[in-house]
Amino acid sequence: MRSVLADFPLLKIRIRNKRIVYLDSTATSLKPQPVLDAINKYNTQYSANVFRGLYDISEKATFEFEKAREKIANFIGASTTKEVIFVRNATEALNLVAVSWGKENIKKNDVVVTTIMEHHSNFVPWQNLSEEKGAKLKVVGVDRDYKIDETELLLAVKGAKLLALTHISNVLGTINPVLKIIKKIRKINPDIVIVIDGAQSVPHLPVNVAKINCDFFAFSGHKVLGPTGIGVLWGKTKILEKMKPYMYGGEMINRVTISKSTFQDIPLKFEAGTPNISGAIGLGAAVDYLNAIGMDNIRKHEEALTKFALEELSKLPNITLYGPKRASDRCGVVSFNVFTKKGYLIHPHDVSQILNEDNICVRSGHHCAMPLHDRLDLVATVRASFYLYNSRRDVRELIKGIKKVVKILG
Amino acid sequence: MDIYRENILDHYRNPRNYGKVANPDISQFGDNPLCGDSIEIQLILKGSKISQVYFIGKGCAIFLASASMLCEHIRGMSLVNLRKLSKDDILELIGITLSLTRLKCALLPLVTVHKAVNALGKGG
Repeated sequence: MRSVLADFPLLKIRIRNKRIVYLDSTATSLKPQPVLDAINKYNTQYSANVFRGLYDISEKATFEFEKAREKIANFIGASTTKEVIFVRNATEALNLVAVSWGKENIKKNDVVVTTIMEHHSNFVPWQNLSEEKGAKLKVVGVDRDYKIDETELLLAVKGAKLLALTHISNVLGTINPVLKIIKKIRKINPDIVIVIDGAQSVPHLPVNVAKINCDFFAFSGHKVLGPTGIGVLWGKTKILEKMKPYMYGGEMINRVTISKSTFQDIPLKFEAGTPNISGAIGLGAAVDYLNAIGMDNIRKHEEALTKFALEELSKLPNITLYGPKRASDRCGVVSFNVFTKKGYLIHPHDVSQILNEDNICVRSGHHCAMPLHDRLDLVATVRASFYLYNSRRDVRELIKGIKKVVKILG
Repeated sequence: MDIYRENILDHYRNPRNYGKVANPDISQFGDNPLCGDSIEIQLILKGSKISQVYFIGKGCAIFLASASMLCEHIRGMSLVNLRKLSKDDILELIGITLSLTRLKCALLPLVTVHKAVNALGKGG
């Protein structure tokens, strides 16, 4: 894979005369110049509204907006662009399903299944839905290698109405083998509706929703080199067509009279109001950028880097790593804790504060996964994550930084 | 290392007033669920003054140092003056500038102490 550093303007910035070592792509990714250019081009050259005007720049805006939708459909393996719905982020996508599908279809005593490794955005909506409807929420645990307990999962889905599952854990880095798991699940329960949180997988792996055979798939644009404020819900046509709208208003209507309104077909049925036009176009440019590099190449680069990071981190005394042992089972997310020589926890806040002195950007806390941290009996963790613009040099800086933490607070 | 100055490291490594007693006059728990800092403060009163103060807690260096410094500071203080303590007093004690996130860590001990004495009711 070619070096991409020159494509990311943020990496040129110096703080305290030093470069930024950005290791928090799991929180949000950096933006390459082509994405910034596409957004700026819309705003400066054709910032008209979509679907409204017959004049040239409005036609262009509509054309580019729908072209972005098509690029994204191809990127995730959707059979038709109608199934790609633009939302604000993965959180909104998941809430859309919980409201539009969940409220109609989940009844008292139904079973909803999720896992302990979910991000709050793929946990709280289902917890809330279950509470409202008097349904039972089953939470599947992880095994000793921080992978989904498949036996427990296959038992839990028997007779369940819905499964909400993350493709990749934003704390453990675990890649859930969704293709295999869903095949097994559909043999046991052919009617179960399966929602996949792809916020961490779309940026890092080739994804094909048709092959995965889930019913819904959600991801955020800002984690996949796109701007903030844009995300995607993909859903199977036959399920989306039956769902009531999520929001009501302009764009999503067909005809409005004083007594009644009728609504558009998908995807517009779920896109009320003026969308994030520049965001969608920016996300389309991000997809172009990633396709030019190749998702397989990105995965290879990250897997090798993660392997190196795990090896180097394991050499440090006083460190505990969380997540699968093998780099091939995980994506480039490494959560860990640092301890003093006497074995006391050095709080993740202190670790990340000291790392910040050398511009090493990591996340500390529970990473929107409190149930997971509770289950693992952890107060908080430090999380470093890698993407296509990270290198072995970044890993070496991280190691140096951790050694400094131990020197000061150990 | 600006933020981890000598006084902070000292209080972090050797917290004053650390521990628990059997029969405090007031015992109060406080925590920041978002980051995992937690503290239990115990106060022993003599009339309307703080005679003894103890704390146990788990959390980051800023939080622990702040707790230790605060406990030291309020020994012998009247409840009236204790109620008047503010964020600025804590910042003066700690002696460093803090980001919004770390400020929450530094203020948790004070918030907890205030909760403790508010439970007493007015007067005293």
